[in-house]
Amino acid sequence: MTIELLYFAWVRERIGKASETVSPPETVTTVAHLIDWLAADSAVYAAAFVDRQRLRAAVDQVFVALDAPLGNAREVAIFPPVTGG
Amino acid sequence: MMTVTVSEAIIDAGVEFAAISASGAGGIATFVGLVRSDDNVATLSLEHYPGATEAALEALADGAIARWDLIGARITHRVGDMHPGEIVVFVGTAARHRGAALEACAFLIDRLKTEAPFWKKETRGGETSWVEPRDSDDAAAARWKA
Repeated sequence: MTIELLYFAWVRERIGKASETVSPPETVTTVAHLIDWLAADSAVYAAAFVDRQRLRAAVDQVFVALDAPLGNAREVAIFPPVTGG
Repeated sequence: MMTVTVSEAIIDAGVEFAAISASGAGGIATFVGLVRSDDNVATLSLEHYPGATEAALEALADGAIARWDLIGARITHRVGDMHPGEIVVFVGTAARHRGAALEACAFLIDRLKTEAPFWKKETRGGETSWVEPRDSDDAAAARWKA
């Protein structure tokens, strides 16, 4: 499975890029798994994702909880709680 | 009539008001959010999620039109760098009567703050920091749960 990952706000700054394409293993079936998988091999990702309570996500531009299934997601975004208006 | 715009262009409240007023409705309610000038903020920078932002705002506007039987709804949100006193967001609702217009306008700005993917970054005294969400914003959005 190939997923386009997007990062916003301080998540983007901490990771050091706005987007990337990843191919996680089949065991990665939820957004939370994806975050765990990204954090496992990298201190930078682990630090960016350290506080899961402060992370929000969207799968194919639909806002979801972190335990939401990825399904056949093409685009996953990870970001802080929103602060517009 | 629903119009959603996300852009780096400066927002002119007069232009926005004229647009929502053109619906011919008897009642118009508006909310205008400005970059605050009482807090030593030099620059406010708004980041967003292109595509998802517009979809979220359109979903909110559609919901408000259906719930309050509005004649029109208009949301114009600025992104990029802006300065104190400039308009960040304009929300306008048009209805046959004031109650629906006022309630729908409050609903739209309350829910926009918790559901639309925008992120604010402030620069003050040369230091930049991401704005933290406020619990009171969640409470304001929650009161509109149908």
